[in-house]
Amino acid sequence: MNTPKKTNEFFYFALKNKKVLLGLAIILIFLLLGFVGPLIDHNSPLDYVDPTGAHGPNAAYWFGTTFFGQDVFSQFVHGLQATFLVGLLGGGIGTLVGMLVGFVAGYRGGVVDEILNALTNIVLVIPTLAVLLIIAAYLQVRSVVTESLFIGLTAWPWAARAIRAQTFSLRTREFVDLSKMTGMKALKIITTDIAPNMLSYLVLTFILQFGGAILNAATLDFIGLGPTNTISLGLMMQYSVLWGSLQLGSWWWFIPPGLAITIIVGALYGMNVGLDEVFNPKLREL
Amino acid sequence: MTLQVEDLSIYYRTLRGDVHALESTTFNVGDNEIMGLAGESGCGKTTLGTSLILLKPPMKFIKGRVLLDNEELPTYDTEKMNPFRFKKISIIPQYAMNAMNPTRKIGKMTGELLRSRGVDYKATLPLLKERLDLVKLPESVLDMYPIEMSGGMKQRMVMVISTLLNPSLLIADEITSALDVASQKAVAEMLVEFRDQGLCKSAIVITHDLSILYEISDSILIMYAGQLAEKAPTDIIIHAPRHPYTKMLIATLPEVGAKYSEKRLTGIPGNPPLLLNPPTGCRFRDRCPLAFAKCVELPPFVEIEKGHFGACWKEFGPNA
Amino acid sequence: MLKLNNVSKVYHGGTFGGKEIHAVNDVSFDIANKEIMSLIGESGSGKSTIGKMILRLISISSGSIDFDGVDVSNQKGAALKEYYRNVQGVFQDPFSSYNPIFKADRIFSFVRNEFYPGVSNADWNKKLNNSLEIVGLNPEHVLNKFPHQLSGGQLQRFLIARALLLDIKFLVADEIISMLDASTRIDVLNLLADLRKRGLSVLFITHDLSLAHYISDRSVILYRGYVVERGSTEKIFNNPLHPYTRLLMAAVPRLDKRWEPTKVVLETKGDEAGNTCPYFSRCYDDRKTEECKLGVPSLKEVEPEHFVACCGCTQ
Repeated sequence: MNTPKKTNEFFYFALKNKKVLLGLAIILIFLLLGFVGPLIDHNSPLDYVDPTGAHGPNAAYWFGTTFFGQDVFSQFVHGLQATFLVGLLGGGIGTLVGMLVGFVAGYRGGVVDEILNALTNIVLVIPTLAVLLIIAAYLQVRSVVTESLFIGLTAWPWAARAIRAQTFSLRTREFVDLSKMTGMKALKIITTDIAPNMLSYLVLTFILQFGGAILNAATLDFIGLGPTNTISLGLMMQYSVLWGSLQLGSWWWFIPPGLAITIIVGALYGMNVGLDEVFNPKLREL
Repeated sequence: MTLQVEDLSIYYRTLRGDVHALESTTFNVGDNEIMGLAGESGCGKTTLGTSLILLKPPMKFIKGRVLLDNEELPTYDTEKMNPFRFKKISIIPQYAMNAMNPTRKIGKMTGELLRSRGVDYKATLPLLKERLDLVKLPESVLDMYPIEMSGGMKQRMVMVISTLLNPSLLIADEITSALDVASQKAVAEMLVEFRDQGLCKSAIVITHDLSILYEISDSILIMYAGQLAEKAPTDIIIHAPRHPYTKMLIATLPEVGAKYSEKRLTGIPGNPPLLLNPPTGCRFRDRCPLAFAKCVELPPFVEIEKGHFGACWKEFGPNA
Repeated sequence: MLKLNNVSKVYHGGTFGGKEIHAVNDVSFDIANKEIMSLIGESGSGKSTIGKMILRLISISSGSIDFDGVDVSNQKGAALKEYYRNVQGVFQDPFSSYNPIFKADRIFSFVRNEFYPGVSNADWNKKLNNSLEIVGLNPEHVLNKFPHQLSGGQLQRFLIARALLLDIKFLVADEIISMLDASTRIDVLNLLADLRKRGLSVLFITHDLSLAHYISDRSVILYRGYVVERGSTEKIFNNPLHPYTRLLMAAVPRLDKRWEPTKVVLETKGDEAGNTCPYFSRCYDDRKTEECKLGVPSLKEVEPEHFVACCGCTQ
């Protein structure tokens, strides 16, 4: 019905901004690899394809083979899938819960705000690693989804705080008063008046959560708390270090996943900075 | 003649082109004159005031000449203006009282300001105290933080700082708008006192509130959409204006005593033109009841009687 | 039509809510049908707070507000929505009243969705165009535009048109023209007066004495949350009694006469309102009496339709 006016202006500036373009390009390349790769590469990532063990990149196996004779490239592209899934799911959960808590606390204020604030602070302070270790001890099988859930449910406080602050400042604006005087319910006001005004903020928050989730997952995988039933980039790094790739010099095993994670998260953060310039006209160079 | 402005044009650089904020303005401010600069929002009065002292992007100097005390004022060059600022020409910007650093005591802030201008704080202290006395501020104010002071107190402090070095010209931009009624009167009267005591030679008071100007200014300059409409001694502007815009503007102001039921006032229909691609000639012609063919040509700002200037073919033209 | 009974608003500020800020103290007045009443005060007088309490955007700490005899102070939900059919408000900053990323007409579609869900498109457009014409806007020129494409005066009229769509009986106008240019101000003001003929009552909140005198029948003068003088506008202006009212009349810049050199006591920061007359520290010495220190003075009638809250005036 009523489209936000800034849509066209936004796309014009977004596509002009080098950081956004570069970041977006990189992410898309990796995304493509993650989707197309497993289709063209028919090996299952955990199959033992080369009985002779670790070999460098060659014609048959583009990224070489692991210590156990697994196809590194195959692992890589499947791992990319898992990584993006964790980012999407973990980041998504973190953003959604953050939005829920942030909007309600920011809009309602008063006692509700105090309670939600306390909750936010508690979750912030929880030593996630310790909790995860305990959970890991109980759960024999962990999937990517479980990992995403855990990451999302512990990363939302940052999003909640930021969203709460913005909501606080927006709810005192007179157009919110006007909506109240039209008899609109609180939820409707939040979704139709406050959230659209914060769209840029929400997008940036999601991107940060996405990148953060990927990093978190890589860390957890690396120390052995990753998913047990599939392969991910972090797990690749864990195995490669565990099984002596550093000593043996099998750089093709640990460098691709590490580099990939670095580049992806770096691209995301770069996009974030670029989008900040796009959304905030004052930062734009004329 | 304290200030002579000749053919000054200032545009604003924007994404969509140049906004013609000030177009070929020529006027003078005499010695010891308090001139009010009035007009509605967007007329260019703040642009004019700021361009005389700090012309920086997005403002663009197009052409013109400014003379302060018969000496050329290099307004187009920010560097060359440095020796003039604060010493010969000074400004009290809009919202100045809210722009004070909340974490600095007033005395410290003043000291830093003076030092940045090459003036020794300790040596100026006795003078500062004298001025504080003049505006009825206690000396203890130098030890206060801005948050401990009321709006009126902050504004008076800013006035003291701006006039510390006795500038020739003081530009006061909306210094009374955010104050309560009693402080407004005190601050306005203080400005006149400053001029009377020689703390500043002349002053330009920028405001949209004509009634304040009626109380304190010697003459009023009315602007419309970046052009000068009329300049005359205060009484003439308020009681016997000639320019159609001034006449209509004065007619829209209800004085204390006017009642709707007795006499219904009317506003000026229409809106001021956008200054991105302004109409040629007189910019008021679309809303002017006296407009005729010649108005597409820019009328000159001429003097029809001593001290009374105006730009209008009908009222200030050769047949007026 | 609208009656305020001893309405007060206390804010709890400071750490742990220790400090109390009395924004509005024991304010009572009433507004009749087809009447324009001015609420005059400077910033800090509590006038906007009262306006927001009437509009139920802020809760009332004590006292009550009656509308057509019904106590509306605590209404919620459906009852509150009914209230909004009769009472609406327009605020000071026209640009802040609109969500900048959407078109300005959105405010109308909100009203339609909430209050007239079943109305057909044709009927709604007719109603809308009618409202716009009443406020003096040409529907072709102003519909389908974003807020930044319209002027302040047009935006304020839009808001009044929105209120008219609901067939309201009472409008709270909080400094609605102070941010407009002089040439459009008087038109919006005239509009309010014209609407009165259609049966609308207006609470005109302002700090500008001349506007209040131009448009209102009765006035209430507020100082620091207290009513200090109220009654017929004419009588207050011709015979101001309370020292604060006299200060306002003397210190306000006017176009018809110059200031007289009267002594004006300025407000200093930190004046706390205790249990004495709130104006005591700034009052003229020849007005002060012993009674002034005993408690907050109450409103007394000095002539028909003219009430003052001042011990020194009513002796």
